[in-house]
Amino acid sequence: MSSTDQIQPVAALPRPKPLLLRHAPYFIAAAALVFLAASMRFDGYILNILMQATTFAIAVFGLSVVLGLCGQINLAQAAFFGFGAYAVGLGTTDYQLNYWICLFGGCIMALVAGAVLGLSTLRLGGHYLAMVTISFQQIVTLVMINAIWLTKGPDGVSRIGRPSLFTSSQSYLAFCVAVLAIVGYMVWHLPDTRLGRAMRAVRDNELAAGVNGIDVFRTKVTAFAISAVLGGLGGGLFAGGFAYISPDQFSFAESIVFLTMSLLGGVASPIGSAIGTGLLILIPEWLRFLKSVPGLYLAIYGLSVILIIRFMPDGIWGFVTAAYDRIRARKPAPAIGIPLVLKPAATGGDMVLEVTGLSKHFGGLKAVDQVDIAVHRGGVHALIGPNGSGKTTTLNVLSGLYEATAGKVLLDGTDVTTMPPHLRTAAGLGRTFQNIRLFRSMTALENVVIGAERPGNTMVGRGDATALTERALAALTFVGLGPRANELITSFSYGHQRLIEIARALAANPTLLLLDEPAAGLNSSEKLELHELLKRIAAQGLTILIIDHDMTLVSEAAQHITVLNFGRRIADGESMAVLRHPDVVSAYLGTD
Amino acid sequence: MDLVLQLLFTGIGIGAVYALVALGFVLIFRATNVVNFAQGEFSMVAAYIMVVCAVDLALPYWLSFIIALAGMAVVGLVFNLGVYYPLRHRTYLPVIIATIGASILMANGVLALYGPQPQVLPGWFETPGIQLGPVYLDSQYLLIIAVTVVLVIFNYWFFEHTMLGKKLQATSQDKEMASLLGISVSTMIMITFIYSAVLGGLAGLLVAPLLFVSIQMGSTIALKAFAATIIGGFGDVAGAIIGGLALGIIETFGAAYISVPYKDGFAFLVLVLFLVFRPQGIFGERVAEKA
Repeated sequence: MSSTDQIQPVAALPRPKPLLLRHAPYFIAAAALVFLAASMRFDGYILNILMQATTFAIAVFGLSVVLGLCGQINLAQAAFFGFGAYAVGLGTTDYQLNYWICLFGGCIMALVAGAVLGLSTLRLGGHYLAMVTISFQQIVTLVMINAIWLTKGPDGVSRIGRPSLFTSSQSYLAFCVAVLAIVGYMVWHLPDTRLGRAMRAVRDNELAAGVNGIDVFRTKVTAFAISAVLGGLGGGLFAGGFAYISPDQFSFAESIVFLTMSLLGGVASPIGSAIGTGLLILIPEWLRFLKSVPGLYLAIYGLSVILIIRFMPDGIWGFVTAAYDRIRARKPAPAIGIPLVLKPAATGGDMVLEVTGLSKHFGGLKAVDQVDIAVHRGGVHALIGPNGSGKTTTLNVLSGLYEATAGKVLLDGTDVTTMPPHLRTAAGLGRTFQNIRLFRSMTALENVVIGAERPGNTMVGRGDATALTERALAALTFVGLGPRANELITSFSYGHQRLIEIARALAANPTLLLLDEPAAGLNSSEKLELHELLKRIAAQGLTILIIDHDMTLVSEAAQHITVLNFGRRIADGESMAVLRHPDVVSAYLGTD
Repeated sequence: MDLVLQLLFTGIGIGAVYALVALGFVLIFRATNVVNFAQGEFSMVAAYIMVVCAVDLALPYWLSFIIALAGMAVVGLVFNLGVYYPLRHRTYLPVIIATIGASILMANGVLALYGPQPQVLPGWFETPGIQLGPVYLDSQYLLIIAVTVVLVIFNYWFFEHTMLGKKLQATSQDKEMASLLGISVSTMIMITFIYSAVLGGLAGLLVAPLLFVSIQMGSTIALKAFAATIIGGFGDVAGAIIGGLALGIIETFGAAYISVPYKDGFAFLVLVLFLVFRPQGIFGERVAEKA
């Protein structure tokens, strides 16, 4: 803690300048680009390449959201691109509709298709999503080719219109560049928003995201839908730009091209997407002779995918930023003078947690059987038992990771028995994991900010960025890691990672804190620190339910103990009495 | 009624091919927890080797068959070393992206080497088939069904009654424990890839005389086989076989009674119905991640 004393603590963080002002250079550069696109004299060939790069980049931005930020795969981006293209193509020709209506309609169609696909698949593992998106891509291609009455089949659609405002190719290109700049700005800024943080959390660790109040499924569906809309938007612009579309431009092979663009540049950032798109449009132009042998050019794409994944998993831009991060010293976080205040909500009666008749059966195995637990407000309650007695299963049922087979769970007077994890967290539950579950690609501060962002956290005001950062810094300072807030999780020791996980739970200002074996794997001095930390938490009136094997810690910290063995409760009551209970002694030491 | 029986026979024959490829999927999935998206390309590559040997070089059919299967063993080995092994410690996402890359590479590599013209591969037998009452039994379909039955029995015997099979099972269930018991996990995984590639190749050789040998045949078969594994229950061996047969039958009847151009769409439809209403499939059970 000595390093904190050297820096003059500030009472509160300074308010940052408005976002638009800080990002003004971006908009000035974007405006300059639009102006260049509108005013420079390009020949037709260059114009086509620029048009393709611009519209493709928008679709690739979509992949950077769904794959880069949220970690979900989408192998049908060309199909969504096709939705937008065909909406504009058919709409402006066969149906004589206004261009803007068609573009909007195309985006909506892509959105709906993306949402339906996501809703049906995203509850399942990633393999399903990969295969379902491939299937969807194949179906869309089949329809484009065979439903001639609708799509004109393999001949494609020609004489596609443009908006009356941008009839010349040059002005239309400028319009596309402007759209690209706006979309790029939003995608670039997304990781720092609540939604973006939720996506990154889901990508890093779904279970931890859920118990930190993030609706994992909705976040994934949202990411998928955003990706689909950007695909549709890019496709709609593409159709207007080239005035002719045909099914082969939206095939599975094109989806792979989009994927390769995204991986090559760096899937995590829109800058990477732009680099990847630019390169993979230019390189084939330079290597045109490859196209004379059918297949060769895509074979090289396939090989590049394997090589990029193996040797440059973060892409070109990821490679550059990682190198930059190594030479740039991480700024120490500002020391903060605000102490962490825990103000657990208290709407119910004397009991914070009332568990009655809780059971969890796995097939014939009764992992937890008819367990009652009552946790008094403001106390430390320990749940102990030999290995395999059902402690962690109980905790997982309490936090909603497992569905209870029978029984009832009341949290601060609210029945949470059937709620999913994120709603229990919103209702005031906080927890840590036995095997630490932090968001490993983020800094300590970012991890704790996600905790502070818990829906229903009354300690962060309206939840603006400054309030969240203040709360998170206060929590990290509380566990003694304030000055290291800006370091990546991977640079912390095991013991410190545990403390960060506790800080993440504390920042959320929970009503009840569940600690799953917090002392496991700690050395003796770290255990003493943990004990001292538990005392400071309890002193602020936060109720704790702790599982641990360390009997010294448990007997000193807890006033009340519940003992499980073979999934059943064998003792319950005041600490010292429970630890002397003959059944407990025999469960731990065996009987003669 | 005659038509129904005839379609049933055809459906089972096609379904048996899906079942073989699905079996390859499942074996790799169980050993590595990774879905191999290039599984269908194994069938396609084998069919092309067969075309080169039996048609272009006019080698005897049986010899070409053996060369093609041996070639697939090599492909499986190279695939394991080049695609899976370097990424074995990463999460599933990079690995499936790499297998997708491999699938694109194989399909288009063959296209670049052999050209886009679909090829015709004759069947194994001179006799086209036999008439059994109202049903015409095509000899190639009979062969497919017979080989599948034999392979399913072999598979059962191999995994349940041989030491190597038990080692493979141990590896798929718990890699750490298996390696502590002295089983070389990377060798077991290599064997799995080789075996799966040969299975996929065999399916390709059997189905090739019924279709044109083309670059697209791999992705079509893989899609069906994957749907079959989901219908049967992901990761379940019996499920893959039942799922494959079910899909073959559904598809054949769908093409006969509903629509031919959209024949390949039925697999997707069935897949989505299962994902929405019974994602664990007929046999399988999803295991929740342990906190």
